[in-house]
Amino acid sequence: MKSRRFYMDKIWIALTFAAVIIAIIPLASILFYVSVNGIPALNWDFFTMLPPPPVAGYVGGLGNAIQGTLILVALASCIGLPVGLLSGVYISEYGRNFYGRTVRFLGDVLIGNPSIVIGIFGFYLIVIPLQHFSVLAGAVALGVIEIPIVSVTTAEALKLVPNSLREASVSLGTRNWRTSLLVVSEAKRGVATGALLATMRVMGETAPLILTVGLSNFWYSGTSAPVGSLTAFIYYYATSGWTPWVNLAWGAAFILLVIIIGINIVVRILTRGRGTNG
Amino acid sequence: MGPRRSHADAAFKAIVLVVASSIVVLAVLFFYFLISRSAPTLRLGFSFILTSTWNPLANIYGILPLIYGSLVTSAIALLLGVPVSLGVAIFLSELSPRRLKSPISFVVELLAAVPSVVYGLWGIFVLAPILTFHIYPVLNKYLGFLPIFQKYYGTIYSSSVLTAGIVLAIMIIPIVSAISRDALLAVPDSQREAAYALGATKSQAIRISVLSYARTGILASIFVGLGRAFGETIAVVLLIGDSPLITSSLFAPGYTLASAIATEFSEALTPTFKSALIECGLVLLSVVFLTNIFARYLISRVSKNREAASYL
Amino acid sequence: MVSEVLDIAHGIYRKLEAPGTMSSGLKVEVRHLNAFYGKKQAIYDVDLPIKPNQVTAMIGPSGCGKSTLIRCINRMHELVPDARVEGQVLLDGEDIYGKSLDPTQVRRRIGMVFQKPNPFPNMSIADNVVAGLKLTGVKNKGRLEEVARSTLQRVNLWDEVKDDLKRSGASLSGGQQQRLCIARALAIEPEVVLMDEPCSALDPTATAKIELLISELKSLFTVVIVTHNMQQASRVADYTAFMYLGKLIEFDETTTIFENPKEELTERYITGKFG
Repeated sequence: MKSRRFYMDKIWIALTFAAVIIAIIPLASILFYVSVNGIPALNWDFFTMLPPPPVAGYVGGLGNAIQGTLILVALASCIGLPVGLLSGVYISEYGRNFYGRTVRFLGDVLIGNPSIVIGIFGFYLIVIPLQHFSVLAGAVALGVIEIPIVSVTTAEALKLVPNSLREASVSLGTRNWRTSLLVVSEAKRGVATGALLATMRVMGETAPLILTVGLSNFWYSGTSAPVGSLTAFIYYYATSGWTPWVNLAWGAAFILLVIIIGINIVVRILTRGRGTNG
Repeated sequence: MGPRRSHADAAFKAIVLVVASSIVVLAVLFFYFLISRSAPTLRLGFSFILTSTWNPLANIYGILPLIYGSLVTSAIALLLGVPVSLGVAIFLSELSPRRLKSPISFVVELLAAVPSVVYGLWGIFVLAPILTFHIYPVLNKYLGFLPIFQKYYGTIYSSSVLTAGIVLAIMIIPIVSAISRDALLAVPDSQREAAYALGATKSQAIRISVLSYARTGILASIFVGLGRAFGETIAVVLLIGDSPLITSSLFAPGYTLASAIATEFSEALTPTFKSALIECGLVLLSVVFLTNIFARYLISRVSKNREAASYL
Repeated sequence: MVSEVLDIAHGIYRKLEAPGTMSSGLKVEVRHLNAFYGKKQAIYDVDLPIKPNQVTAMIGPSGCGKSTLIRCINRMHELVPDARVEGQVLLDGEDIYGKSLDPTQVRRRIGMVFQKPNPFPNMSIADNVVAGLKLTGVKNKGRLEEVARSTLQRVNLWDEVKDDLKRSGASLSGGQQQRLCIARALAIEPEVVLMDEPCSALDPTATAKIELLISELKSLFTVVIVTHNMQQASRVADYTAFMYLGKLIEFDETTTIFENPKEELTERYITGKFG
């Protein structure tokens, strides 16, 4: 005797399962098409040559884009990681007051900042004074994106360290600043996770770069010059209508996905067994 | 440990304080730059920008079409993305076998890892063709009596508001489902037990004991999703068609605050033009800020309630 | 007044309707019950008779399995991941673990009240009471209001809350919340009411009110109560079961258990020599 309740129950449960499938399909499609279209574009030329002009018969690659992205992310992390780390230490260890809570609150809110606005910020901060696009402006913009992410994740990771560690350290006569460093080293997994997440995020950013770095068809030539980047090239090539460029864009997308998903997997491994995942 | 404080301690504390203050400085600076650089058009008041034509070539900077585009795409993103996100959250929190939880949540997280420019690329070459040539005509045929599913001047555009909205819906799934899931997991088991003990079926128990208890957290996740959709730039630029229109048809191209800035900022040569674009940025930042702040407020209310609700 | 008479009449009607009660004389019969949490066994071959319209108490030291056992009676135990039950639990002669009975139907006939009161905080007092009724599709507002009122009266809570039924269920005191939860369980008119240490989170005054209520309830329902308070068992229960380490050590009329226990373990427990 199956009642209406019984069937309604099964229907609702089926709907939630359908939602999971609906969520997975786009990801599968993206992974599929980026691989199918991107892998063929990856050859020796891709990694070593500069972009070709939109004229038939020329070959080229996005070697400078890979170089540019790596340089930008590295420089951004030089800004974002130390600032974020120290900010996180402040929030967690020294910020048990109104100001500390405000900093934490603003950090959380800033994470959701639209990156185009950060592009505007970088434009007026660096591009205007220097009068042109530059790696420096891009690195600053990306670094500014990293700061709130690293701060908040570091603060969270430090909070998880039990107080008994701090108390034990202090009772042994250790200086406060040393104790703080001890707490950080105890939480290094969580801190590293935050750093990786921030890196992952800025590697995929495009909007700030459009307003600060622009696009360069040449190899890296100093921090006060523009540079190519994977994301900017995908952005410009996707709507170019020039098939060789579109193919290069797919290749760039593949490289980006491989790196980013790789970092994601590392993060997953680092956080396995800690905290709730269920 | 005598009364004299270590200089190293004082120095360290000062250093981290100053560095952390960079966050405050940044927040202030964002608003400062946006307000000061949009001063030219700000000074001209609301009437200057609250018109419905955006035509920089003719020096007309009405941002209503942009606000309209941002609102419509965000609305589509929420309407489509929130139910899916909730379904995922409920599945992972209440229904999933233990072995499936980790893989499925990993996959959902990967959706957040895909850069928005890749979403745009995939959208242009994979999703948009399928939608434009196979799905939208069906919608138009059977639901064309609704203004939203009518063609725009006889055409279903391959870059349209609906396509951008759909991709936005996909992009907000990870964050909305993650926050919702946290809210669902925070519901004490005693609530679920109470429902089952009354003879509730699984979906009934979830409805009366979990969803209702977690509704504030779920609402917070919706606001975070709104902020995310409203501020998304690149995927929208690549899929929306860059046309500042206000029309009821979802198959028409459109324009949003964020995509206008991305598309036109580099080419904006007159101070007025740049100022108008930065004003767009100001509106954008304010909306995203406010939705995020409201969401945090909701979440903090939930934590307080939980402490107060330990009855005895 | 009329509705109260109708209530009692309805209750008597239900009792006459129930098949099988007369034949074996037992409302619930636990037979050869073994319960597991994964590989760990918690209940070892328990046989327990529950007589209709009586209060049966289960006592024993912490970890003896009394909570697990009571949750096997309304099929709540199986909601725990990896939990398993072997054996039979007969309700009016019919095995509730049989294929023909849906767990949700079992739980409507065997209700439960928990140790920590758990009203639904986002529902009003009235909505809490009729929550179970609504689950079966009852929509008639008049009927719902009527059931809410009569059930709240039955648990002696009506006078205390009648002025503001729209208040949240969680805004009451602990004792009131527990009586609300009892009302919620009673509103769907179960035949058996299970109570898992219903007073252990309450103060003495609230506890006394609920013990009085339990004595009133047995005329209409069969009550099984788990308690770690021996005095409570001797106050409210007609029959008492003593459990230790997952086994049923002794079951008898309460007076016998407390004044003349047959097992040595029982005697040691009730004289406070352990647990």
